[in-house]
Amino acid sequence: MSKHHISTTINGEPVEFLCDTAQTLLDVLRDELGLTGSKEGCGSGDCGACSVLVEGRLVCACLVLAAEVDRCAVETIEGVAQGNALHPLQQVFLNEAALQCGICTPGIIVAAKALLEKNPDPDEEEIRFWLAGNLCRCTGYDKIVRAVQQAALVMRSA
Amino acid sequence: MGRYPAGSPGWRDKVTGQANYGADFSLPGMITGRVLRSPHAHARIVSIDTTEAGKLAGVRAVVTAADFPDLPSEVVAGGESPVNYRYISCNAIARDKVLYEGHAVAAVAAISAGVAEQALKLIRVEYEVLPHVIDVRDAMRDDAPLLHDNLYTEGVDPKPTKPSNIAKRTEFLLGDPAAGFAESEIILERSYTTQPVHQGYIEPHACVASVAADGMTTVWSSSQGQFMVREFCAKLLKIADSDIRVLPAEIGGGFGGKTTVYLEPLAIALSRKSGRPVKMVMSREEVFKASGPTSGGVLQVKLGARRDGTLVAAECELAYQAGAFPGSPAIPGCMTAFACYDIPNARTVGYDVVSNRPKCAAYRAPGAPMAAFAVESALDELALELGMDPVELRLKNAAKEGTRALYGPKMPVIGFVETLEAARAHAHYNTPLKANQGRGIASGFWFNIGGQSSAAVHINEDGTAEVVTGNPDIGGSRASMAIMAAEVLGIDYAKVKPLIGDTASVGYCFLTGGSRVTFATGKAVVEAANDVVQQLRARAAKIWKCEVDEVIWKDGVAHPAQGQTDTRTQLSLAEIAASAARTGGPISGKASLNVGGAGPGFGTHLCDVEVDPETGRVTVLRYTVIQDVGRAIHPGYVEGQMQGGAAQGIGWALNEEYVYDDQGRLQNSGFLDYRMPVASDLPMIDAVLVEVPNPAHPFGVRGVGEVPIVPPLAAVANAVARASGVRVNDLPISPPRLLAALMK
Amino acid sequence: MATVLLQPEFARRNTAGQRLVEVDADTCQALIERMDERFPGFADAIATGVAVAIDGQIYPDPLQQDLRPDSEVCFLPALEGG
Repeated sequence: MSKHHISTTINGEPVEFLCDTAQTLLDVLRDELGLTGSKEGCGSGDCGACSVLVEGRLVCACLVLAAEVDRCAVETIEGVAQGNALHPLQQVFLNEAALQCGICTPGIIVAAKALLEKNPDPDEEEIRFWLAGNLCRCTGYDKIVRAVQQAALVMRSA
Repeated sequence: MGRYPAGSPGWRDKVTGQANYGADFSLPGMITGRVLRSPHAHARIVSIDTTEAGKLAGVRAVVTAADFPDLPSEVVAGGESPVNYRYISCNAIARDKVLYEGHAVAAVAAISAGVAEQALKLIRVEYEVLPHVIDVRDAMRDDAPLLHDNLYTEGVDPKPTKPSNIAKRTEFLLGDPAAGFAESEIILERSYTTQPVHQGYIEPHACVASVAADGMTTVWSSSQGQFMVREFCAKLLKIADSDIRVLPAEIGGGFGGKTTVYLEPLAIALSRKSGRPVKMVMSREEVFKASGPTSGGVLQVKLGARRDGTLVAAECELAYQAGAFPGSPAIPGCMTAFACYDIPNARTVGYDVVSNRPKCAAYRAPGAPMAAFAVESALDELALELGMDPVELRLKNAAKEGTRALYGPKMPVIGFVETLEAARAHAHYNTPLKANQGRGIASGFWFNIGGQSSAAVHINEDGTAEVVTGNPDIGGSRASMAIMAAEVLGIDYAKVKPLIGDTASVGYCFLTGGSRVTFATGKAVVEAANDVVQQLRARAAKIWKCEVDEVIWKDGVAHPAQGQTDTRTQLSLAEIAASAARTGGPISGKASLNVGGAGPGFGTHLCDVEVDPETGRVTVLRYTVIQDVGRAIHPGYVEGQMQGGAAQGIGWALNEEYVYDDQGRLQNSGFLDYRMPVASDLPMIDAVLVEVPNPAHPFGVRGVGEVPIVPPLAAVANAVARASGVRVNDLPISPPRLLAALMK
Repeated sequence: MATVLLQPEFARRNTAGQRLVEVDADTCQALIERMDERFPGFADAIATGVAVAIDGQIYPDPLQQDLRPDSEVCFLPALEGG
């Protein structure tokens, strides 16, 4: 069976790749394109470690077939920082110790960024429910929630 | 330390997606390994035929137990405690028998994951299915199916003549419990059960192994100890330590679960056979079915007290599931059960029991949370019966410096009383509750450990420094290493870069576990940095043509000692570094120690819950973690340890469990059905740092990572009992279980 | 004289049931040698998987430690952790 030829935009850059029908977007990002910032924690859409945006919509890359992103814009953790300049979420996560092992961090930053673009001033409950699809086993979420609030403040003041 | 550095060196990569975890590493020519796992809970392997799989195009290697040395069953000295390498080997790949669903039977390496998975389907395994046993009480019965024909219960006299699933009986005794109970005015006796729970690290086990033509083996893997991986692989495959080099990947969570090997020996064997680098990554289902949860347990507690609340006698009997091979944390369970309290007469008896479940692995304060659940729940009932405030009851009996522990020694300087006093004074403890709400309190203890640790500190030409250690950084230890080195050197923290070396680039370090790294490896860092300071003073003395003891080192600068003529100028570290070539060459310090004197850790937790009487759902409203942390080197990461441990304990108390069908097959091997706390399940978790410095560490450090998972099981259960009037002594307190109790 | 305290199970197997033994030794290594003279096999029994607590501090390497004249010495299972 021949592979699919997919043309897409990833983090603003045009990208073409070939994939099998069964390959997920996560497989292609990690194994074919070398974008290993999106992590595979479960492969079933339960942990959120592979959170990416497809056409601005927050999805688990493990639940999207690679062939589905033809002519779509995909944003991953690798596109969050602008060159060497960290996004406020990234800087605040570092400053406030809002990560430990860090395996969930890329997904959480992608998801939180999507939230703040939708709602620049979310309350604690909104943050907790928005991030309920992103498992973190290290932090107990306390510092993550606080970091998202603080990053929101930084972004509003910018 | 007086400083709170932003972030952690080496962690920037973690927020940009550039950090390399176990599954992120690739090599040219690399192929993919996959594992064939047992569909049965217990079966004899009659035969394995890999012929067809081996012939499939794209398959480069197939291995079974026949490709591994058949190691003798013997207990030998391991890194820090005795190890039976046969068990580790037979757990990594089944020999003769499969002992749980998911037990590895064969492994394949192929040019793609798809081909490898196709090949697994072509392996023919003939099984003779045997009766299985899942529950620990069933496994202890005389007529239970036996997992190991040669396992005889250790620790009983006379030595048994019949094999058993009870691997070991252990007893600890202090004073005379029978006499103590005889003089007690109130006696309370209760039974408890806890379920096995998984560590739940979000990163599945992953590694790459590459064996060169000359046999030199290189492994990149995510684990809690690169030296552990080297040691275990060397023993399992009979390779010299010097022929294996293990490079630590960034680790995506461990909590004790990555203190052993599963994939690494298979990947090495596949690479050796195929001549290609082999990457292996577990699926989440494999993580649940074939890597270690912690033990579930069956516990009985008996407390004897006077009417004024003084504890006079205590007993606890516990049986912990080890899974397929011996090695549950029954001993630490026995040792920790009553360690918070000064009880003159106490006994604990522990049983280590095998059953047809995955072999348990360490999980944060192994063995302690289950014992604390039982003891702290019983204490809460005692407080209610005596009409005493539960903090007062604990204060009245709290262990202090000089209190004799049941396991032998007297307590050194500890801060348990301080945590109770902080709890009593905390606003949380004094806030009114509403209907259907309850407040639970519970305390917990963990020893913390030291152990073998190495560090090197190198001074660079420009006066910056590297600090190299051999412990994977799970929760911020790199920052602690840099802070401590900077403190001793007297230079800015930003000038010290911490690095985690591979097994060939730094002296041996026991793994990251036992809350030991900031304490023990930190002590090696302090010694290595002191070594550097000595050298810097010697260089200054050489420049000044004086004796070394005429030079003092302060704030990163060499000064003439007081009373000396001060015609000399001061010399900064950067100035001495710049002239190093002319004064004796590179400046570099190292230390290798076996560190003792770990400071025992104590914590007290407060938990408010609301119980929905219609559904049995428990909502955690407020949670406060109070802990004696010795001295916090990086307070943010210390708080993080406390909050994270509490969250894991809350999951253990309320939702997490393994569900088996009647064939012994796991029914909930995914995050949807194995329900770990998500962000919307939890409130903010207040962390209160109590600092009673450990006199055995230059900066007063105590381990902090494990204590916080000990109290939550009982803190939650006690809160539920006080909110609902119904006490559930069997975890988890899931909605169906609590609803059933409420309906009674 | 240092005092050695032992758990009953260990004492039953290794010291003829004696749970409290007084030993004249100024290092833990010497103490173990004295104990082994009085109770042959003692040194082997603590050779692997055993830590020592001296005056309340736990050490993973019994052979390295000095004793005070009135030290209290306990042998206990070596500890690991998560």
